Amino acid sequence: MSHTVQDKRPVAAPSRGTLAHARMPRWAPAAIAVGSVATGCLIGVVAGLESRIQWGLLSALTFVAATYFITAKVEGSRQGKNRVATSLVWVCFALAIVPLLSLAWITLTKGLTVLDGYFLTHSMSGLLDAEEGGGVYHALLGTIEQVAIAAVIATPIGLLTAVYLVEYGRGRLARAVTFFVDVMTGIPSIVAGLFVLATWNLMLGFGPSGFAGSLALAILMMPVIVRSTEEMLKLVPNELREASLALGVPQWRTILKVVLPTSIGGITTGVMLAVARITGETAPVLLLVFGTKLINPNPFEGAQSSLPLYVYEQYSVGTAASVDRAWAGALVLIAFVMILNLVARGIARWKAPQTGR
Amino acid sequence: METATAPTQAPPPGPPTGTPRGKARPGDRIFLGLSKGSGITLLVIMAAIAAFLGYRAVLAISKDEANFLTTFEWNPAGDPPVFGIAVLAFGTVVSSIIAMVLAVPVAIGIALFISHFAPRRLAGPIAYVVDLLAAVPSIIYGLWGAVFLVPYLDGLNKWLDEYLGWTYIFERTSEGVARNLFTVGILLAIMILPIITNVTREVFLQSPKMHEEAALALGATRWEVIRMAVLPFGRSGIISASMLGLGRALGETMAVAVVLSPSFVLSGHLLDPGGGTFAQNIAAKFNEADEFGRDALIASGLVLFVITLLVNGAARAIIARRKEYSGANA
Repeated sequence: MSHTVQDKRPVAAPSRGTLAHARMPRWAPAAIAVGSVATGCLIGVVAGLESRIQWGLLSALTFVAATYFITAKVEGSRQGKNRVATSLVWVCFALAIVPLLSLAWITLTKGLTVLDGYFLTHSMSGLLDAEEGGGVYHALLGTIEQVAIAAVIATPIGLLTAVYLVEYGRGRLARAVTFFVDVMTGIPSIVAGLFVLATWNLMLGFGPSGFAGSLALAILMMPVIVRSTEEMLKLVPNELREASLALGVPQWRTILKVVLPTSIGGITTGVMLAVARITGETAPVLLLVFGTKLINPNPFEGAQSSLPLYVYEQYSVGTAASVDRAWAGALVLIAFVMILNLVARGIARWKAPQTGR
Repeated sequence: METATAPTQAPPPGPPTGTPRGKARPGDRIFLGLSKGSGITLLVIMAAIAAFLGYRAVLAISKDEANFLTTFEWNPAGDPPVFGIAVLAFGTVVSSIIAMVLAVPVAIGIALFISHFAPRRLAGPIAYVVDLLAAVPSIIYGLWGAVFLVPYLDGLNKWLDEYLGWTYIFERTSEGVARNLFTVGILLAIMILPIITNVTREVFLQSPKMHEEAALALGATRWEVIRMAVLPFGRSGIISASMLGLGRALGETMAVAVVLSPSFVLSGHLLDPGGGTFAQNIAAKFNEADEFGRDALIASGLVLFVITLLVNGAARAIIARRKEYSGANA
């Protein structure tokens, strides 16, 4: 079964006077698709199935079966399997696109009902949950501050660790760091939140604040930065390092003046993607920042709010007005994250390292 | 990793001139110290997470009047305090298994689509779209799941109950909205799809071109090429990618907290509302918890931490064994 290639048929083909198999015309898959959708709908109507999803499923099944049998008949069973695999792979792709489109569409349509200039520039101060109005300003401010502090903490540590791993790393320490960075990437965000809670809040006795949230976010951000920076540093051609070292430049200046500038585009992208990732983290913020309706511009003292937390709170309240606000907050959040993503990828393309290939 | 860094460790090129090597300059020493220190900082953070969570967990568990592992209740504020993780562990594992069963085949399909099936011009944008799926914050998945997916899955749940109810797990014993572990599993599947796809895609793209071309030259169809040259090569990659996805699914908090209607009932009926997961329970119970209650939640968080640590560690160990998995300098 696993060595169908050794099948004798292709070798036997010339005896029939041609090297080519019988091939289905190019329009065949389309025709089969139309036919199977028709069959699916027909069965649906006859059997009185209400759900359109069932019609679709029937059509899809008919399509796969029909593709296999028709192709197997015309082109041979190997081609039949090939076509079935191809259509299954396309189905997988469609399955991934559907939720993304649905999510984007719902967030846009529901979010735009309340989102306006007022929403962006006002807080929830003095507003009852069931009341309309209010805004997201306090949460937006909190998110920006917390994420900025987290980035300031995590970026240097992440960058230097990556430099260590790529430029100096050898031996057991480097291997341990690599391994634990990878493992750290998978820490659930709520665990990072609990850790800061256990140390900063419960042991050192600080109250909830934006800074506590930043600490947890920084923990989540570090491994991401290390990984992406590492990948970028590895892309820097060794010839550049060797040329610099051969000129007698110390290694640290080689790293600062040759290696890092060469890969700065990719590193920036990595940092921004890490920022985008932690912007959407709700769990640690829920534990550590606590949430407030008021504008609190000081991240070091008192509860703050943040965008994902705002969305969660407003949804949990459950009144019509607050759910609307939740969607609008979600739209602001998703726009924030997507803009970061797009800019990051733009930088990556613009400053792609010249690998000489 | 090793192979990629090896060239940098080589002595500077050129004929050996007999100059003393290894004379450390102060700048070099400082820079090495700084970067080494950062690496050590990361290790210290990991150790500290384990240590502090462990310390708090011990404080909580020592006062727990019931068996922490087998109790079906969460009442640390009670007198005597009684709490256990049985329901949470069950819910976490079950929802993650559902997510894995749904997500892994689809993710492999998408990865194959990007690496081998999609028209060359489409492959880049599609990979980008999958990345976008990864960039969506989990709270928004939760919102979408609660508002869109839950009512939508109602029909599916009825159907499953009607035709597959005899399997016990798909039997519905209580009517109600689909805020159950099955829905959570589906949502988690969507959320872990991108990471599994990305890692498997990377592996598939690295499968040796020569093997593929050889198979094609022997007359293999595209599917046969994939079955014989790509999938065997990528097997360990698929396994580790799945485990990375599993790690994500185990620790996902907000989406589960928003979608699930939790209860401390352990039920094998996946379509019945109820159950809970570690992370969801922490998020849901945190606000009403006093300091001891927080310690109890930290104890459950420690269990989650250990589980994800094991899963991720295993996944990374599998990846690390593949030396081919490295950068352009390899």
